Amino acid sequence: MEAAKNMPPMPSAAEEIKAINKQTVKQKLWAYRKQPLSFLLLLLVLLSISITVLVLLFLIGYIVVKGVVNLSPSLFEWEYNSENVSMMPAIINTVMVVALTLVIAVPIGIASAIYLVEYAKRGNKIVGIVDVTTETLSGIPSIVYGLFGYLLFKETLEFGYSIMGGVLTLAIMILPLIMRTTQEALKSVPDSYREGSFGLGAGKLRTVFKIILPSAVPGILAGIILAIGRIVGETAALIYTAGTVAGLPGGLFDSGRTLAIHMYALLSEGLYTNQAYATALVLMVIVLGINALSGLVAKKVGTK
Amino acid sequence: MKQTGHSIIDKEIFMKYVFLICACTSILAVLLICLFLFVIFIPAIGKIGPLKFLTGTTWKPSSNIYGILPMIIGSIYVTAGAIIIGVPIGVLSAIFLAKFCPREVYRFVKPAVELMAGIPSIIYGFFCLVVVVPLLKDLLGNGKTMLTASILLGIMILPTIIGVSESAIRAVPDSYYEGALALGATHERSVFFAVLPAAKSGIFAGVVLGIGRAIGETMAVVMVAGNQPIIPESLVQGVRTMTANIVLEMGYATDLHREALIATGVVLFVFILIINLSFSALKRRSE
Repeated sequence: MEAAKNMPPMPSAAEEIKAINKQTVKQKLWAYRKQPLSFLLLLLVLLSISITVLVLLFLIGYIVVKGVVNLSPSLFEWEYNSENVSMMPAIINTVMVVALTLVIAVPIGIASAIYLVEYAKRGNKIVGIVDVTTETLSGIPSIVYGLFGYLLFKETLEFGYSIMGGVLTLAIMILPLIMRTTQEALKSVPDSYREGSFGLGAGKLRTVFKIILPSAVPGILAGIILAIGRIVGETAALIYTAGTVAGLPGGLFDSGRTLAIHMYALLSEGLYTNQAYATALVLMVIVLGINALSGLVAKKVGTK
Repeated sequence: MKQTGHSIIDKEIFMKYVFLICACTSILAVLLICLFLFVIFIPAIGKIGPLKFLTGTTWKPSSNIYGILPMIIGSIYVTAGAIIIGVPIGVLSAIFLAKFCPREVYRFVKPAVELMAGIPSIIYGFFCLVVVVPLLKDLLGNGKTMLTASILLGIMILPTIIGVSESAIRAVPDSYYEGALALGATHERSVFFAVLPAAKSGIFAGVVLGIGRAIGETMAVVMVAGNQPIIPESLVQGVRTMTANIVLEMGYATDLHREALIATGVVLFVFILIINLSFSALKRRSE
């Protein structure tokens, strides 16, 4: 099933027929002569996809060109000051936030997916409720998560602006993503694996950990990598939880800004547009690299 | 023997409950979010007055006037603009991918569209700020406008709309298309007048999902929308959305002002809940 999603569609009957009676482009265009409406629709379709692709290419090209011009070694110095506007502390913060968020969200997400797929019986009420809440969570805009994190972690628990507050907020935010991808991965493990394992006398727990989880790893991994991409690009949920202090934090309960927040801060200060280009380039390369990696992992699942 | 047997069963039961508790975290999270937001929302609304809050057209924290109607209208306008720009391009692109695209081209275009979904919103906002804003400033005299924000969001919702619409179109049985062809319709007519209507509710679900994305988008919109808290009268005026309102003022707000901002978040939250519910209803119908 996974493979079918990534592969182009099977040729339909019409295309097979076309392959026998080959038409040249000129003949095709000629055939449109009596079909102005069809021709118009064709043009609209081609125009739309061109707009989509061109906008993307222009965006990436623009950021890459402008970013490369503005890259300089001083942007990667260890210490941040208003002179070098280094993004290195922000990069380190980002790595830290990603790692901590995953440490919290991944075990919980996988465990809940295991419960929903492997343990819950058909028609279990909890499954229905969890499905609805997960769907709700995944629809909530990140600014609302930001508000919630601000109220819970900064105000109520008095963390102040802190890496920890940001991490916990993000953990809740990516939980539905991890849960959903893990559920899909677990569901795609054939039942014969489970039956075989039970047949050999293994208990439920052993079956889950030794048989089902290992064969679902690539799917789960793809989801985790996607979640990393979300975290790295996130701004609205972090700005009032982790805060915007530019340097390296002294500890988990200090404020520190990730790369995306760093970029937002540069732009709102208005003085550092050139550095913002370079930061945008680094941020985009990281996020797109992560997404490409996720795609590769997912494809590996498909071909397996 | 008996002893080990027991401990295994105990471990099984123990782990089952561990998994169950984890599964309940998402329920807990939703409850906590609702609790924390509404605990502030309800007294704040009480102090400001629900009607004054929701239908007041003046937002002036310095004199304790909190009417968020301009922001609600702003969000709706900007989202509508995004839909007007994004939906036709998105749906037509999805039609291309599903029904017109040669396989060799598909291999490049499909990942490109997926790439679009991965780009962080702050980069879209930045791009719009340095490219579209100066352009519109030259053309229309004002760069940070409702139009700019609509264009930005229209681009940002493209991958969502394309993704959902493409799978909706692919889910239509081939016999629809073949039947139309056999009756003498051209390829385009078959796709647009036989396949597309059958994929209608799936595409509509994609549009609703896009609305959710657009209305909740924050950082990118803040950069290009101008953010004046007044109801815009034309496309080339600045606009402030609910999300922008929160981000802009949360940093320094205190007391009732802060509560009013959180209440804005709750209004946004309710909007999103309604949108999500209609999305799942549509999805269920299209299945």
